[in-house]
Amino acid sequence: MTPNAESVVPDTRQHLEDMYRRMVLIRRVEEECARAYALGKIGGFLHLYIGQEAVAVGAVAAIEPTDYVVTTYRDHGLAIAKGMSARACLAELFGKATGCSKGLGGSMHLFDEERRFMGGHGIVGAHIPLAAGIAFAAKYRGESNVTLCFFGEGAVSIGAFHEGLSLAALWKLPIVFVCENNEYAMGTPLDRSLSIADVSAKALSYGMARDRLFVTDVLDVERTMAAAVARARAGHPSLVEVRTYRFRGHSMSDPGKYRSANEVDKHKANDPLVRARRDLLALGRKEDELKALEASVEDEVQDAVRFAEASPEPDASILETATYAGPFAS
Amino acid sequence: MAIRSLRYREALREAMIEEMERDPAVFILGEEVGHYDGAYKVTEGMLAKFGERRVLDTPIAEAGFAGIAIGAAIVGLRPVVEFMTWNFSAVAFDQILNNAAKLRQMSGGQLKCPIVFRGPNGSAKQVGSQHSHAMEHFYATIPGLKVVAPAFSQDAKGLLKTAIRDDDPVCFMESETLYSVKGDVDDAIDAIPFGVAQVVRTGTRCTLVAYARMTHVCLEAAKILAEQGVEVEVVDLRSLRPLDEDTIIASVQKTHYCVVVHEGFPYGGVGAEVADRVQRLAFDSLDGPVLRVTNFDVPMPYNANLEQLCIPSAARVVATVERLLSR
Ligand SMILES: Cc1ncc(C[n+]2csc(CCOP(=O)(O)OP(=O)(O)O)c2C)c(N)n1
Repeated sequence: MTPNAESVVPDTRQHLEDMYRRMVLIRRVEEECARAYALGKIGGFLHLYIGQEAVAVGAVAAIEPTDYVVTTYRDHGLAIAKGMSARACLAELFGKATGCSKGLGGSMHLFDEERRFMGGHGIVGAHIPLAAGIAFAAKYRGESNVTLCFFGEGAVSIGAFHEGLSLAALWKLPIVFVCENNEYAMGTPLDRSLSIADVSAKALSYGMARDRLFVTDVLDVERTMAAAVARARAGHPSLVEVRTYRFRGHSMSDPGKYRSANEVDKHKANDPLVRARRDLLALGRKEDELKALEASVEDEVQDAVRFAEASPEPDASILETATYAGPFAS
Repeated sequence: MAIRSLRYREALREAMIEEMERDPAVFILGEEVGHYDGAYKVTEGMLAKFGERRVLDTPIAEAGFAGIAIGAAIVGLRPVVEFMTWNFSAVAFDQILNNAAKLRQMSGGQLKCPIVFRGPNGSAKQVGSQHSHAMEHFYATIPGLKVVAPAFSQDAKGLLKTAIRDDDPVCFMESETLYSVKGDVDDAIDAIPFGVAQVVRTGTRCTLVAYARMTHVCLEAAKILAEQGVEVEVVDLRSLRPLDEDTIIASVQKTHYCVVVHEGFPYGGVGAEVADRVQRLAFDSLDGPVLRVTNFDVPMPYNANLEQLCIPSAARVVATVERLLSR
């Protein structure tokens, strides 16, 4: 099951290029979000994924389109990695009717049922049992799909994390729990949030398989995740801790005073996007080919911004009809 | 003694600092209250002043730290628990409902639970359905709890002092949208008792009952109505449980009409409670039904226009009063 980068050399370049493109797309969407937020076109909370793109793209590369992904409020990256268009994402953030959640959800609540991207959740940890439930349904129906559930290390302190993992292990659910450990839960560094530094150790008491990696290379993420996904398909859930770093503040209102510019710069120097680009050049891609790829991403992002701006606002009539599946229960 | 203009958040901070200086059993805990100086800067400077023993940063574990605080309270400490927002108190709901509110009565009155749960409540701006709850309605239904929701700096300070000194659990509802609003704080006023509403504008034609941010919305509506020659009275509840029936009833007996204004859903809630009491206690004084202006009966949408449509506005209050008076 585990793809080995060396044994698939002819495909590696194209594969890495596809992943690179998706990572650049996520980053550029996020940068446009920051700009639009400053202009007042996006409101509420906005949590950017910049710096963590390789996690989403590497993980989604290890699953099938029929597999499910569930994540937190920091959700744009995974939504796009799972195939949501930049248009649907940005239109949602602009609060437009053409957004993936019709302008009702906003930045924290992206959903794309068709692509099996199941949100976009605001309450820390609350989506972890929910994701286990999606995995439960696959097992119940005898389907082979797996679920990937993403959360930050901050969520590891909350009850829902433990109940979700405990039940998933007990019932052998086809799920991979992915802790995106970016070292800070808002302003709280890891060592003031947990009594241990190795988050993956939490799996031990549940008798669950675990893995752990520091992200520098998107292909590493894919390899590690592919192994965990294979276990999940065989009915063995895993906890995978991915050490990563967010380059921006927790949200747009966070100046990030709790970490030094030095520390942030050190991580930026290990940017997995830069690494992927360098690797592509080493694999024989030409600089102008990469420039062309980046220009096509730029077109896609600018098109999405124009689309979001030009789209209509949702009509108030949707408020009640979207609340219940059946007639409004007043 | 001086009268000073303080922001709502500064008034809250002063109350906590003064009570912590007065009583070594008082301490504060919550997410980002210390090193980060508070998610909304209410506790700014408090870690530096009191140290980590009394200003505790907690991990994201609402049920855990609320439960720990309740445990500490029943053996004599006086915790102030900050919820980053009241939305997240839902994770700790069982602790508040089944421990804080119950321990005294089910122990036959042996235990007491002197604890304050506080934080911003209600809508902020475009933060979506999971982050826009008006949680006071849920807590106000629970016997064993007290619930207060100040609108002004003076009340924020005085009521928080009372809350910290109170031997029962208190849910203290603040508002993100009020934190930066300034108001006069009279140093001669110390603790402000619970269960006393305040008439913040006098009028004769209709009584508007509100609390927290909606008091400000009602004052705005009252101004618009006054320009049309309709003088309405605004009653700021301040305290939701205990509820000051006397002030509400006295006002309705004068105006003969009553409109209750609050955030949160219309099904049940504080507005329904006030409406029940008014029709029971002032039935003969009423010249029309008690009406409510609340959020729309749907989860809060993200879209800015739809959100504003859902939340009570001065325009909606004005329209409701006009409709009521022209029946
Ligand atoms: C139950 C709950 N408590 C508090 C919050 C407020 N909050 C939102 S994100 C966050 C920090 C989460 O950090 P982490 O889990 O590490 O994820 P990251 O933001 O770093 O991706 C907090 C405290 C919340 N949304 N839900």
